[in-house]
Amino acid sequence: MDALQALVANIQGLSSAGDISHLHVVLKQAPDSLYAESTRLLPVLDQLDPSKHSLGYLYILEACSSGSISKEQGSALVLPIATFINSCDTEQIRLAPDKFLSVCKRFKDQVTVLEEPLRGVAPMLTAIRKIQTSSEHLTSLHPEFLLLCLLSKCYKAGLSILGDDIFEVDQPRDLFLYCYYGGMICIGQKRFQKALELLHNVVTAPMTVINAIAVEAYKKYILASLIHHGQFSTSLPKYTSSVAQRNLKNFCQPYIELANSYSTGKIEELETCVQKYKEKFENDNNLGLVKQVISSMYKRNIQRLTQTYLTLSLQDIANSVQLNSAKEAEMHVLQMIQDGEIFATINQKDGMVRFLEDPEQYKTCQMIEHIDSSIQRIMALSRKLTAMDENISSDALFLGKVGRERQRFDFDDFDTVPQKFNI
Amino acid sequence: MEGDDETSGPMIDDEIYANGVGGDDEKRSRPIISSEQLDVEAYASLYSGRTKIMRLIFIANKSKSNHAMELEALRMAYDEIKKGENTQLFRDVVQMIGGRLGPDYAMDLAWCEMVDRRADQKKEKLENELNAYRTNLIKESIRMGYNDFGDFYYAHGQLGDAFKNYVRTRDYCTTAKHIVHMCMSSILVSIEMSQFAHVSSYVSKAEQSPEALDPVTVAKLRCAAGLAHLEAKKYKLAARKFLETGHELGNHYNEVIAPQDVATYGGLCALASFDRMELKNKVIDNLNFRNFLELVPEVRELINDFYSSHYASCLDYLGNLKANLLLDIHLHDHLETLYGQIRHKALIQYTHPFVSVDLHMMASAFKTDVSGLEKELEALITDNQVQARIDSHNKILYARHADQRNATFQRVLQTGDEFDRDVKSMLLRVNLIKHEYNLKGSRKP
Repeated sequence: MDALQALVANIQGLSSAGDISHLHVVLKQAPDSLYAESTRLLPVLDQLDPSKHSLGYLYILEACSSGSISKEQGSALVLPIATFINSCDTEQIRLAPDKFLSVCKRFKDQVTVLEEPLRGVAPMLTAIRKIQTSSEHLTSLHPEFLLLCLLSKCYKAGLSILGDDIFEVDQPRDLFLYCYYGGMICIGQKRFQKALELLHNVVTAPMTVINAIAVEAYKKYILASLIHHGQFSTSLPKYTSSVAQRNLKNFCQPYIELANSYSTGKIEELETCVQKYKEKFENDNNLGLVKQVISSMYKRNIQRLTQTYLTLSLQDIANSVQLNSAKEAEMHVLQMIQDGEIFATINQKDGMVRFLEDPEQYKTCQMIEHIDSSIQRIMALSRKLTAMDENISSDALFLGKVGRERQRFDFDDFDTVPQKFNI
Repeated sequence: MEGDDETSGPMIDDEIYANGVGGDDEKRSRPIISSEQLDVEAYASLYSGRTKIMRLIFIANKSKSNHAMELEALRMAYDEIKKGENTQLFRDVVQMIGGRLGPDYAMDLAWCEMVDRRADQKKEKLENELNAYRTNLIKESIRMGYNDFGDFYYAHGQLGDAFKNYVRTRDYCTTAKHIVHMCMSSILVSIEMSQFAHVSSYVSKAEQSPEALDPVTVAKLRCAAGLAHLEAKKYKLAARKFLETGHELGNHYNEVIAPQDVATYGGLCALASFDRMELKNKVIDNLNFRNFLELVPEVRELINDFYSSHYASCLDYLGNLKANLLLDIHLHDHLETLYGQIRHKALIQYTHPFVSVDLHMMASAFKTDVSGLEKELEALITDNQVQARIDSHNKILYARHADQRNATFQRVLQTGDEFDRDVKSMLLRVNLIKHEYNLKGSRKP
């Protein structure tokens, strides 16, 4: 009976006895050499039940997947890991979160190498739900999961975790990636408001050095802001870190110029600007978004017409927003009516568009419910804010820092006597 | 004033349709004056001194296409300069004439030399005098000496030096009168130099004088301040200053401005910047300003037309005046802006009382076509100056009344969302900072 068999027996015995904490100690104390024999480890897994012996299974699985493994070995691992994630016991794996995270990351790497990201989406979502302590907790699996969603174009699956409000963060880098990928997913789903929110978080997050994620996020932020709001203000809010305020614009010059040419409201200027930097946008993989920016300008101009006109012929619309034909204008207007961006009716007989006012009267029950839920939400939020404030003002580290600063200040205050008089 | 304040009463029934289109027949039949070419001689006779020459030269420069007028202006400028001592200006004008006016208006080198020689002598004499005064330390004499120097430089066209010398007299002023004199001289030179920042500062200095100023001086100061505001594009303030100008001004300030100009500048600025109420109270019912308006009946008429909503005739007057006003040395730069503002005002005022307006009728009231009018209105609506929407199919403009209730709901929901978003991202940032700090704290010890 070698050491490995003893370990397996231990796992089986202690797991069924329910003495998980003892098992954890045993597993941790097992010699590293045991875990090094990765070739012998894989068959051992068959002797264990992932739902009952989760912790032991996890340790062995981690040992199998760590280190360099070939593509074939990797593909052999994908299935057991997926089953393990689906059936493992939450309490047991939470004892060794690091191991679990590293297994999941290897899993994600493997499905990416195999170019089958779709296989990873569902297990990763389960993994996130199992490892996170609350829905406000951002684990390092979040960005990995979103990346898989992006790669497999499963945007809907991604949205399901983007709906949670995140407050607790372990690693700033996770947050940056989470928000950046999340922003891309929301853009893919045309949820520009949410995308802007996420990208905004990246751009304004506290940082001491500028990072590539923030720069890329800022580029997308500019484009999404143009598409959604039709404008972009280059000034960042004052809580943005000073590094970001100083440097971001320099990295995104073509985008700033694009925003400037957008603000002129002239389609030709925008198009010359796009042509000028086409290569740059293409290299950044943002050309598609830039094209959306152009088409949003048509929309913006049509929307402006609704403020001014009650009726307008399609030909006039085409002329004033510089579309080629009345037919094209009709398509635009139709699309916008469908998307609820304008309220209008088209009279095809004489080619007239009649713009209407927003029919929302704020009188329906749904609206009242909506308002009520908004109030509740904001009340909850404000409670949270108060709690956070109390929490911080009683935080030992915070008080220590504040106290230290005051002391130093006082010291400076009294230290006005020149040194030589002291001697 | 021909009872324009009563127009609203009896005319209202039959005037709604004809609003501004026909006006009353009496007005239509009156010939519109001064549409013909500017009478340079009559114009020049309003001014004296350096400004007369400068205005003539300005007209000559502006009317290059009209040779008769250009040469006429240059001829008069030539004659005028000959009376003075400014040889530099003389050379310039002779060059501009370029022999087109025959031998009588050619270069007169003998005259130049004579004037220059005399000037040198005079300068030497003034210098000697000033030095003598300075050694004797008699304040009043030193002041006079500097003042003479200022006058001398002004006459010879060295405006910068003139200004310096006038300002220097300030240290030797002993009475309030002297200070006012110094200010007036500085203002005059500053206006010639187009240094309007100086103008306003010296105007306020003069107005702070402890002694009561005589009405003529007050009127002069108002004009100068008005000009300064006009140049600074503060049309409303300019209008106020011109309107406050007392009729005592008469021809006393024609080295700078003629009373006719006060009426024109004041009238146009007021039209462009005042609302209806102010226009009535401060311009039409202003007895004092009426004296000025009588001098330029066109401006009086156009203000009355504007107030009684005869826009077509008002715009007619404006159009006719335009060519001549463009030849005005002070107004030409601002004319387009003022005209634009007046037109916008008229459009806004026209639409204001109606729930719906027929664009055809409105277009004919403004002597324009419907599509042009639509464009103008579109710009105004986009600027939120006219609350209305255009029915381009039936060519009708409908007033739009903002629904306060809906707007409030919309705003509340939007504000709530913004708050929600901001607080969330703030909490997130706080957590990040806290995390980072904890990390640092755990690393350090």
